[in-house]
Amino acid sequence: MQFTHSEEQEEFRTALRRFLEAKSPTAEVRRRMATDAGYDEAVWKSLAQDLALTALHIPEAYGGAGFGVTELGIACEEMGRALLCAPFFATTVMAATAILEGGSDDQKRALLPALAAGDRIATLAVAEPGGDWDAANITMTATADGLTGAKSYVLDGMTADLIVVAAKQPDGALGLYLVEGGARGLTRRALASVDPTRKLARLDFDRTPAALLAGDGAAAYEKTLDTALACLAHEMAGGAERLREDALEYVSMRMQFGRSIASFQVTKHKAADMLLEVELAKAAAYSAASAIDDGDADASGVASLAKSAGSDTYIQTAIHAVQMHGGIGFTAENDTQLWFKRAKASEAFLGTATRHRERMLAHWSA
Amino acid sequence: MTDADMTEAQVRADVRAYLKANWDPNRSLVDWRKMLAESGWGMPHWPKQWFGRGLPSGMTPIVDEEFEAVGAVGVAKMGIRVLAAATILAHGTDAHKARFLPGILTGEETWCQLFSEPGSGSDLAGAATRADLKDGKWIVNGQKVWTTSAHHAHFGLLLARTDWDAVKHKGLSYFLIDMHQPGIQVHQLAQMNGHASFNQVFLTDAVVEPENQLGELGEGWKVATTTLMNERRGADSARKYEGGSDRPGRIYEEERAEIATVMAPYTWYPQRTGRVDLLIPHAKAKGVYDDPEVRQEVARALTLAKSAEWTARRARAAQALGRPPGPEGSIGKLAASHVARAMNKAHTLIAGADAMLTGADGHMDGVIAEILVSTPAISIAGGTDEIQRNIISERILQMPKENRTDTDRPFRDVPRNQVG
Repeated sequence: MQFTHSEEQEEFRTALRRFLEAKSPTAEVRRRMATDAGYDEAVWKSLAQDLALTALHIPEAYGGAGFGVTELGIACEEMGRALLCAPFFATTVMAATAILEGGSDDQKRALLPALAAGDRIATLAVAEPGGDWDAANITMTATADGLTGAKSYVLDGMTADLIVVAAKQPDGALGLYLVEGGARGLTRRALASVDPTRKLARLDFDRTPAALLAGDGAAAYEKTLDTALACLAHEMAGGAERLREDALEYVSMRMQFGRSIASFQVTKHKAADMLLEVELAKAAAYSAASAIDDGDADASGVASLAKSAGSDTYIQTAIHAVQMHGGIGFTAENDTQLWFKRAKASEAFLGTATRHRERMLAHWSA
Repeated sequence: MTDADMTEAQVRADVRAYLKANWDPNRSLVDWRKMLAESGWGMPHWPKQWFGRGLPSGMTPIVDEEFEAVGAVGVAKMGIRVLAAATILAHGTDAHKARFLPGILTGEETWCQLFSEPGSGSDLAGAATRADLKDGKWIVNGQKVWTTSAHHAHFGLLLARTDWDAVKHKGLSYFLIDMHQPGIQVHQLAQMNGHASFNQVFLTDAVVEPENQLGELGEGWKVATTTLMNERRGADSARKYEGGSDRPGRIYEEERAEIATVMAPYTWYPQRTGRVDLLIPHAKAKGVYDDPEVRQEVARALTLAKSAEWTARRARAAQALGRPPGPEGSIGKLAASHVARAMNKAHTLIAGADAMLTGADGHMDGVIAEILVSTPAISIAGGTDEIQRNIISERILQMPKENRTDTDRPFRDVPRNQVG
């Protein structure tokens, strides 16, 4: 297992951070989150073409750069830090991984180059209106007529050109199906999300034409979920670290009772606890990526561990960060609320911490 | 060519030749260690004139490997004597080194550390044990506490106040005190978990000969800092010792007895960490591993323990790459406290009503019961959680230091605890 990042990986992080500081300052985040699409075409193009981030973990044979989940995780960590508004998680982390894990060689050759180039937006639709990412609880079943039923909480579901849908095959086994964004019988409705930087949609299918990915759908979905969990853990760790740093900066300049509020022990101890929690969450996220890259037997357990640790830490850090800002922290004008809402939405996205603690133990070998 | 320029191969050949000619497991432990002290192979990185060979410390693993290869026993390296040796080497006179280092290396003379007091725990520099010069001798009065191994120690490393008009850190001096004298009484201190790992030491007109002052008068805090730095370093390496070799031979028997004595206070230490290794076995043994509430608590505790372990490994990996220390290296102590508390909570939930029982009536031969009443130690010993948070916030996060009222006036005017 790789416990720390290499020099090359750190350089990648530094370059990406510089890019995101320029392209995704909070003024830009606020501008983008107010739009329906929720992202900037030019930034997306630059991210795909100049930095090749959309190609990151896709093998070179399919138009990708051939890196691993560790690099993908670093990208997500930096995006979470900058609260980047972009369909990266849906397209690259979820849909590309699902096709990579579940597609035949021909399907991968046909589909992945466009995703690697950032030419198409894609997503993965799993949860149904009950809100559950556990494959066992998927009810939508494919028939000869196509897919019928509803998927909800679909990330970037309104803008996706291609949707990978997890549904049961007629024989009951899980399948991953490809649906075009403009397919017949597909109705999309934007959902009002508490976190406007992350767009969600409900998709209703009515005998919608769908093509099955050739591989073992159940296995492909579990691997895709592991990668998504590890990447979400990175994104949450990046966001939590940003919240922690901003709160520290604020208390360091704020004066009350004739002294810096950073000089109060109660503030110092809270800041120390926040550092501890964020560092532990980072270590868990890094271990999850490394376990997936190494093909460890307990990778699913570690990925679920990282998700539960990450979402608990993210919201706790956000609560502390608002508190440390005092009244200003509760205003819309203050940027803390943007990360607070991402943290809140991330508690539920891909399954709660409670669910993932159970999944972690179910996969625990040690 | 000096020894500092020797290559690894030369060092390996030299130590191998020495061991081939001299190592004999049927010698007495003390005789063999006297030979090691004389030859310098016991502490090869120590100076040549003081029982070492002047080798760079990077070479000591080579020497250790050769010792291990033939099963040779080393000089005494466990317990407080290591701190005594490091402090005496750094601050002692030639006479101190000649008198005390050989007894430390052979293991014939053991040591204890007389720093903490009932009135000063986290605030170590607030020591109020006094040493007064009377008729050419230092007369010591006061009380020390948390003194591991004081009941069998020959000497103590003593921090005492010699100037009450100086500010706190400038009024302390450092002494090497003979523990076997009428002015010193040692009592074991019973703990809440039934063990007694530490002692209280009462000093009543105890005597220190003037030549056994270490460092300058009033420089005791500086000398103590050397001891404390080595204590922190030693905390990691001490874990390597398990129980000594189980080979036959007089020297091994004597070493096993020494290890048993030094390690006696620490038998419950694994329990104070919360025993992550027992978590799932305990739940399975109790038949509650399928209980959803238990599983949540077990998963929470495991998550903390694994994250803390990965953070420590991350710090070590970064260190191995030669990177400057990051925050991940400074949070281990605080993380261990969180882990221990989470473990206690999970073990309690698993134990159910058995959490009320102890000893043979408790689960797993009383080990679980011992965990439940031992974890509070970990957030206090070796720097409380509160002190750790101060260190993290001030040194890593660069937050302002506490406003202090104890360092700008004579120590006699500083408010302090009334003890005894």
